[in-house]
Amino acid sequence: MNQQLILDLEHLLTREHVLSRPEDLLLYEYDGSVEVARPNCIVFPRDAADVVRIVEIANRHDVPIVGRGAGTGLSGGALARHGGIIVSFARMNRILEIDIENQRAVVQPGVVNSDLSAAVAHAGLHFAPDPSSQKACTIGGNVSENAGGPHTLAYGVTTNHVLGMQLVLCDGQLIRIGGKSLDAPGYDLCGLFVGSEGTLALVTEITVRLTRLPETIKTLLAIYDRIDGATETVVEITARGITPAACEMLDGWTLRAVEAWVHAGFPLDSAAVLLIEVDGMREAAEEHAAQITEVCKLHGAREVRLARDAKERDLLWKGRKNAFGAVGRLSPTYYVQDGVIPRTKLPQTLREIDRIGKENGFEIGNIFHAGDGNLHPIILFDARDAQQFQRAVSTADAIIRFCIEMGGAITGEHGVGMEKDRLMPLLFTDADLALMRTVRDAFNPVGRFNPGKIFPTGKGCGEVRINPLPLSGSAGAPPSGPTPS
Amino acid sequence: MSSALPPITHQEAQREFAETLSGFTAGDKPDYADYSRCIHCGLCLNACPTYRLWHNEADSPRGRIRQMALVDQGRLEVGESFVTHIDRCLDCRACETACPSGVEYGKLVELARAQIARNFERPRVSRWTRNFVYRRLLPDPRRIARLARLVRLYQRSGLETLVRASGAPRLLGMQQRAALLPRIDSDFFFSRLGKTFPARGQRRARVAFFAGCVAQVTFTALNDATIRVLQANGCEVVVPANQFCCGALAAHAGVRDVARELARKNMEAFLAEPFDAVVTNAAGCGSTLKEYTELFAGSDPAQEGASRNVLDAKNAAEFSPKVRDVTEFLAGLGLSSPLRKTRMRVTYQDSCHLLHGQKIREAPRTLLRAIPGLELVEMPMADHCCGSAGVYNVTETDTSMQLLQEKMRHASSSRASAIVTANPGCILQLRAGTKLYNTRQEVFHVIELLDRAISSENIGRNSAQAGA
Ligand SMILES: Cc1cc2nc3c(=O)[nH]c(=O)nc-3n(C[C@H](O)[C@H](O)[C@H](O)COP(=O)(O)OP(=O)(O)OC[C@H]3O[C@@H](n4cnc5c(N)ncnc54)[C@H](O)[C@@H]3O)c2cc1C
Ligand code: SF4
Ligand code: SF4
Repeated sequence: MNQQLILDLEHLLTREHVLSRPEDLLLYEYDGSVEVARPNCIVFPRDAADVVRIVEIANRHDVPIVGRGAGTGLSGGALARHGGIIVSFARMNRILEIDIENQRAVVQPGVVNSDLSAAVAHAGLHFAPDPSSQKACTIGGNVSENAGGPHTLAYGVTTNHVLGMQLVLCDGQLIRIGGKSLDAPGYDLCGLFVGSEGTLALVTEITVRLTRLPETIKTLLAIYDRIDGATETVVEITARGITPAACEMLDGWTLRAVEAWVHAGFPLDSAAVLLIEVDGMREAAEEHAAQITEVCKLHGAREVRLARDAKERDLLWKGRKNAFGAVGRLSPTYYVQDGVIPRTKLPQTLREIDRIGKENGFEIGNIFHAGDGNLHPIILFDARDAQQFQRAVSTADAIIRFCIEMGGAITGEHGVGMEKDRLMPLLFTDADLALMRTVRDAFNPVGRFNPGKIFPTGKGCGEVRINPLPLSGSAGAPPSGPTPS
Repeated sequence: MSSALPPITHQEAQREFAETLSGFTAGDKPDYADYSRCIHCGLCLNACPTYRLWHNEADSPRGRIRQMALVDQGRLEVGESFVTHIDRCLDCRACETACPSGVEYGKLVELARAQIARNFERPRVSRWTRNFVYRRLLPDPRRIARLARLVRLYQRSGLETLVRASGAPRLLGMQQRAALLPRIDSDFFFSRLGKTFPARGQRRARVAFFAGCVAQVTFTALNDATIRVLQANGCEVVVPANQFCCGALAAHAGVRDVARELARKNMEAFLAEPFDAVVTNAAGCGSTLKEYTELFAGSDPAQEGASRNVLDAKNAAEFSPKVRDVTEFLAGLGLSSPLRKTRMRVTYQDSCHLLHGQKIREAPRTLLRAIPGLELVEMPMADHCCGSAGVYNVTETDTSMQLLQEKMRHASSSRASAIVTANPGCILQLRAGTKLYNTRQEVFHVIELLDRAISSENIGRNSAQAGA
C-alpha cells in the first residue's frame, strides 16, 4: 500500500516534490514542540490543483493528511500523529497580489509572515499579527493556529486580519470562503476555519488585510522593584480605558537571562519590567505615553524609559522576542505553559504562581503578554532527575488549573494540538466537546485531516514525556524545551 | 586481565553503550552539549539560504543539527544522505545570527565535516582533489606560487582567450566556473613578508598584518591598499614572515589536523613580538583566526599529545583575542587621515563571516559613511550569502549560482554603481556575478574605497580635499 501511495504521489508531483526515504522522514517527525511522530511521506504541492489531487490520492489509500507550514508550532500540530502524508506548504510561498489601495494581499499559505510585511513596508503597510516566530512561521500556519503576538492587544489575532480563503475539503472539493471585505454576508466561515489547527480543511490561499503602519510609535520600558507594582499597573492602564499597542511583562529572573545575551539594556537588579508600546497619530500617542508613564510611577515604577529611536526600540523588542531562546541558554530543559487569565486577575495569579513554585521547590520565570493576560510561566528543571520532571509537570498543571479557576483558558496562542488535548476536559464540559466534534465531523467525518489533535484521546493527565536518551557522551536525558513566543 | 569485570556506574555503562551505537568516532565530533542547545524552534529556517531555495527540512539548520543528533544516537549513518545535506551547507552561519538559543552552528558543522572526512569514503576523484587542495596546496606557499604562475601563463599567453573563444567552457557547462577564476597578479605579495611599514604621522598603534594564502597571488593590490590605509591612519604595519594560510578552508572541510598545524605556525609567527592587534582584510580568515581557541578546544589529547594541547590552547587564548578585521579595527581606532570627496552611490553586501561569523555589522558601514560624497544605500537581503562561501562555488556550483543570481537582482535594484564588501572570496564571486548578469556594477573591498579617498593619485572624480 505504502509503495503504491508513494508511486501515485510521485506520478502526480514528480519525485522532486515527494520525500519518502527513511532518512528524510526522520526530519519531519518534529516541530517546535516536544512531540514526535513520523509520517509515511512528505509532499510539496505547487498549487491548489496539486493539493486537490493529493487529497484524492489520500482518500483512495485511506491515509491521514497533515498540513505543515514552517513547523514552528508549539503543540505538535504539524506532526503526523497517526502517520500518513505531510503536505508541506513551504514551496507554495508566492505573494499573488498586493492591493495597496484597498490594503489587502492575496498570498499562498507558505509565505513567511515577516516576508509579507517586508514586501509592503514601502507603502507604509504591514501584516499586523506578529507572533514572536514571525521571521520563520508561515501565514498558513498563523491562520491554522489563529496566531497572536505582542501587538495582539490593539490589533487583534490572525482571525481579525483574514478576509477570505481558498480551501480544499476532505472530499477534494476546492472552495472559496469569505471575500475581499471583512464582513462577508452569510455565516462567518472564515471565523470557523481560522484556528481549526488543520483539522477541517487545507488552506491553499489567503486574502489578508494589511494594516497601516502607525504614524508614531512610543515604546516605554517601566522598571519595578516589586512585581506587584507591574501587574497593578497593567490593571490600572486597562481601567483607564487606554489600549496600548502592546504590553509585555518580564520578571527579574527572565530579564536577567535575556540581558546576558541580547544586551537590550534591561536593568539587572529589578524585580520586573513592563514593555509598553502605544502608537497612532502623534498627539494621541504622546498623550497616552504620558498617561501611562504617570500610572507606572503611581504604582512604584522606579524609572520609566522612553526609547529614543527605532534602534533602541528594536533592541527592546529583540530582548522580548528572543526571551525563550535566552532561557534555553540556561537550560535546554524547561517547561512553558501558555495560560490565559482575565488581566484584572494578574496580581493574584502571579502571587499564586510564585506560591505554587515555592511549594514544589521551583523558581518560576514569568514572561507574558500582560495586556491580554496571556501567561507563559517557565519552569526550569533537571530532566535527568525523573522525580523532578514529574514535579515540574504537576506544578505546571497546578498553574493551569488556577488559571481556569480565575476564569481563564489552557492556551492563549499556541494551540491545543497533541500537547494540550489532555487538558481540554479541564476547560470544557462533555457537551462542549461534543459540539466541537460535531463541527469537526461535518467537515472531516473520517478523520482524514490531522487526526489525533485537539480532542482528548484519553492519555492521563501529567504524563511524563522523556525523549530517547541522548546516546552519546553525557548522561542526561532532557526532553528539549518547548519554547513559546 | 582478571576475568571479573570492574564495576561500572550506570552512567558509564550508558556512555559505553552510546559510543557503540553512535555513528561518530571519538574525538572531534558534534557534542551532545552543543547540539542539544537546539530547541528545534525553527526560527533559523527562513534565514538559511539553502532552506529558502529548496524548503526541505534536511537542508535547513534545524534539520542539519537534527541529522547530527540522529547520527550520534545511532539512528542515521554517516552515509550518502547525511553527507549530501552537510555538504550543501554554505557554512555561512546566518542561522547563528537568527538563533535565539545560542546554537554554535559553525562549530557543529565543522565537526560534522571532520567526522565525514574520517568516516566516509568519497569517490576517488573527489578524494584526490580534496587531498591535494587541503593537504598539499593551501598549506604550502611555494606550491601556491608555482600553480599561480602556471595559471598566469594560461591567462596571459592568450590561451585563455583562445579557450573561451572556442566555446569549450560553455560546452562543458563550465562558463560559470571559468568566470570565477581569479586573475593572477603580476607581482605576488610574498615579497612583502618580513617587512615593516612605518606609520604616517604620529604612531597610534603597531599592528601585524595577516596576508592570507591565495590572496597573496590574487589580491596583492588589496593587501597593499590595506597596509597603506593602516599607515595613513597612524599604524605601523608589520608583515611577519613565516605566516601561512589561516586554515579556514581546511577546517571548514573537516581537515582539522591540517588546520591545527597551520594554526600552530601562525601563532608562532604572530606571537613572536607584541602587537596591538593582528589585522586581516579577509572576513573568512578573521573568523577562523578568532576561533583558534575552538580549534584546539576540541582536539583529541590521545591523538596529538596532551602536553602540546595545553600549550596550543594557551597560545590560542593569547592569539585569538588580538585578531581584528580591518574594518573593525579602523572603526574602533577612528579614522585620522583626511578623506577626499568620492562621488559614488554604493551598496554594501555583508560578508557572512564578518556579519554572522564575527557579528560585525556596523564597522564597514561606518567607514563607508565616513567618505564624503559617498552615498550608501542598503539593498534588500544584504545579510544573505552571495554563494561564494569558501570553495562552495566550486564544489556546489549550481546552488552557488542560484544564490548569486538572486544577489545580483537585489544588488541591481539598489541602483548603486558599485557593490562593496569585506572579503576577497565575496569579491571574486560578486565580480563573476556582475559579469555573468551584466549588471555594470563595480565591486570593491571597503578598504579599496578608503584607499582611493586617501591616496594622492586619486582618480578623476574626487575634487578638493574634504574639509575636516
Ligand atoms: C520561538 C517561538 C515563538 C512563538 N511565538 C508565538 C507567538 O508569539 N504567538 C503565537 O500565536 N504563536 C507563537 N509560536 C507558535 C507558532 O509559531 C505559531 O503557531 C505559527 O502560527 C505556526 O506557523 P507554522 O508555519 O510554523 O505552522 P506549523 O507549525 O507548520 O503548523 C501549525 C498548524 O497549522 C497547520 N497548517 C499549517 N499550514 C496549513 C495549511 N496551509 N492548511 C491547513 N493547515 C495548515 C498544521 O497542520 C498545524 O496544525 C511561537 C513558536 C516559536 C517556536
Ligand atoms: S550555515 Fe548557512 S547554509 Fe548552513 S545551515 Fe546555517 S544558514 Fe544554512
Ligand atoms: S533557531 Fe537555533 S534553536 Fe531554533 S531550530 Fe534553529 S538552531 Fe535550533
